[in-house]
Amino acid sequence: MITKVMMPKLSDAMETGKVIQWLKKEGEPVKGGDVIAEIETDKANVELEAFGSGVLRKILVQPGGQVPVGELIGIIADPSDDVSGLATAPVAANLGVSSAPAPSAPLVAVPDHETYRSVPATRTVVPATRAVAVAAAPVPVAGRVKASPLARKVAGQAGVDLRLIQGSGPGGRIVRRDVEAAATAPRMAPPPVPPARPAASVPARAAFVVPPRPEAEYDDVALSPIRTAIAKRMPLAKAPIPHFYVTADVAMDRAWALRAELNALEGQPKVSVNDLIIKACALALLKNPGVNASFQGQGIRVHHRAHIGVAVALDEGLITPVLRDCDVKPLGQIAVESRDLAERARGGKLRVPEMTGATFSISNLGMFDVDEFSAIINPPEGAILAVGSVVEKPVVENGEVRIGRRVKLTLSCDHRVMDGAMGARFLQDVKRLLQEPLRLLA
Amino acid sequence: MAVMTYREALNLALREEMRRDPRVFVMGEEVGLYDGAYKVTQGLLREFGERRVVDTPICESGFTGVGIGAAMLGLRPVIEMMTFNFSILALDQIVNSAAKMLYMSGGQYNIPIVVRGPGGPAAQLAAQHSQSMESYFYHVPGLKVVRPSTPADAKGLLKSAIRDDNPVIFIEAETLYAVKGEVPEDPDFTIPLGRAAVRREGTDVTVIAYMGMMYRALEVAEELSKDGISVEIVDPRTLRPMDTETIIGSVRKTHRAVVLEAGAGFAGMGSEIAAFITESAFDDLDAPVERVTGENAPMPYAKNLEVLKTPSRAKIAAAIRKVCYA
Repeated sequence: MITKVMMPKLSDAMETGKVIQWLKKEGEPVKGGDVIAEIETDKANVELEAFGSGVLRKILVQPGGQVPVGELIGIIADPSDDVSGLATAPVAANLGVSSAPAPSAPLVAVPDHETYRSVPATRTVVPATRAVAVAAAPVPVAGRVKASPLARKVAGQAGVDLRLIQGSGPGGRIVRRDVEAAATAPRMAPPPVPPARPAASVPARAAFVVPPRPEAEYDDVALSPIRTAIAKRMPLAKAPIPHFYVTADVAMDRAWALRAELNALEGQPKVSVNDLIIKACALALLKNPGVNASFQGQGIRVHHRAHIGVAVALDEGLITPVLRDCDVKPLGQIAVESRDLAERARGGKLRVPEMTGATFSISNLGMFDVDEFSAIINPPEGAILAVGSVVEKPVVENGEVRIGRRVKLTLSCDHRVMDGAMGARFLQDVKRLLQEPLRLLA
Repeated sequence: MAVMTYREALNLALREEMRRDPRVFVMGEEVGLYDGAYKVTQGLLREFGERRVVDTPICESGFTGVGIGAAMLGLRPVIEMMTFNFSILALDQIVNSAAKMLYMSGGQYNIPIVVRGPGGPAAQLAAQHSQSMESYFYHVPGLKVVRPSTPADAKGLLKSAIRDDNPVIFIEAETLYAVKGEVPEDPDFTIPLGRAAVRREGTDVTVIAYMGMMYRALEVAEELSKDGISVEIVDPRTLRPMDTETIIGSVRKTHRAVVLEAGAGFAGMGSEIAAFITESAFDDLDAPVERVTGENAPMPYAKNLEVLKTPSRAKIAAAIRKVCYA
């Protein structure tokens, strides 16, 4: 049997992919599910698994080679199969994207919003490069979800969407333990915190050094995959989406105290301010489903799950891992999972499904001493919340000035989906939840 | 309870049944004067005389046919195959006469015969004498097939086979004859045909195995327990009728199954068990049923090749790890 190895399409934005390296040599036997190559996409490095068994007869794209999605890059076949025709033929037969340049999408068009499609469970992100936040649409690779019968049954009972799970079985098969991990607990205990990254965590304390003036008058820097994706996606978000912004000043005194109390409990996960905001948003999204919605061209999709993308700043760019079902997860679990996702994002170890499927996003620049800012909506989401620093400042209460903790929250809204009042009501609920923070524990 | 060998347990079963029922007699090559090629019939000639312990010429089709005729007329013969490999010579008698007589006579003649003897691979018996002959019989409607793994099972199941009113193929194992175990001495102790036994309880995977493979599975289970894999071992004991209920019950608990089979796997017992597990417990499976069988080759004589032909502990462990995704 002959199996064509194609350049996989791993994201909406992906048009080309680069072969980083082949893990099998020509002539080496290959089983279905074996990792045969590493591919660099605009989002991440992924392992490419064989979909058929036999011998890796031909490698058509050498390491470093960049080809369009769908291009034939190798051939797996039995030793007796004649692959000479395939191996030399140009790639014209493959999906038609290779020989003719793909028609460029009209710039003003809103990117099509994907209906949920199967996420191929066969791909894992390997540590190396960073994935990009802005391309967080569901991965549009068609195909059925591979899951064991038991996993399907358990998923049905637990209400877990198999399309969102990474399978750990052979060939990416989802097995029971994957479903249970998704349904109950965070996948793992939070990894130990790596040495603090000075730039991110204590910006004020770093020595202020002006680097020596370079010889060159300027440098031209090639776009990294992550910058390419951002450059391509952002105009498609900012330009066509009519943004409007609502800002609120939220008293954080009680939330701050509650957090301190929670974090003093032994054996409990450490909760961050952001975790409190995630939980508050999740509950407010459920109460204001109009904000938890995406513009679909002909209609609006209203989500009934709060899958929240949490922006994580990396040196190379921004990435938004997705924390699923925040509306039903207890605060402690959100704390553990958000830290786990952030750590793995920094280590470049996120899986593809963990970067897709958000219904709402939160971007927090509080650690950079920012009063407030406005974020760009990450389509197909309908809104994003920008969080500034929690600061102590004089506040007036009952005619008296006292010191209070305040944070400024700014919601960016897609006006096609909602109006000002709707965004304001949502923000009001977030504010109330943060100011009556025991509600976050209910 | 008394501790005795598998061989002694079989001998005791024959003795008890011959004492209990004068219609029971044994017949075969060297069963009398020589006390049996593997000494299973030791002492029977002395106790029961040559009308009930009959030495025959070397002609399996002949003495099996005589046994079937005797059974038609009301006796309860126990026919010994010196090894079950020789039963191929009697296949026509067993398949065409013993198995079908009740049906073809419109219910007039049932055939209460037991054909017993050692089968399966042993030590360097080579291609013609190492076959797992059960697969030749369990395909045939009208035959019951027993493969007892322990001394107690050997006794309890042989007694049930002799008391059964229909033909029973009872295949022992040369490699197990010296295995010792506790055996009930009660002459009324029997084990019904068609009941499996759980040899080891576990939670992660069900291994279905009998005879030598069952013992090998126990060793592997012990090894894997150190890695936290909890193996349940079900011994079907009777291949036909098969106790599907016990096997399915176990698979519903563990969600994974591995079937072991000493013989070559194609259309073997493993295929059958894998099929009914898939039919009955599909939604309980977390992995496809895995089979570990002998290689598709005649049994080699050379010791190193013989090892390669039979399912090794390593292969069994690998299959178990595979279904456990471990």
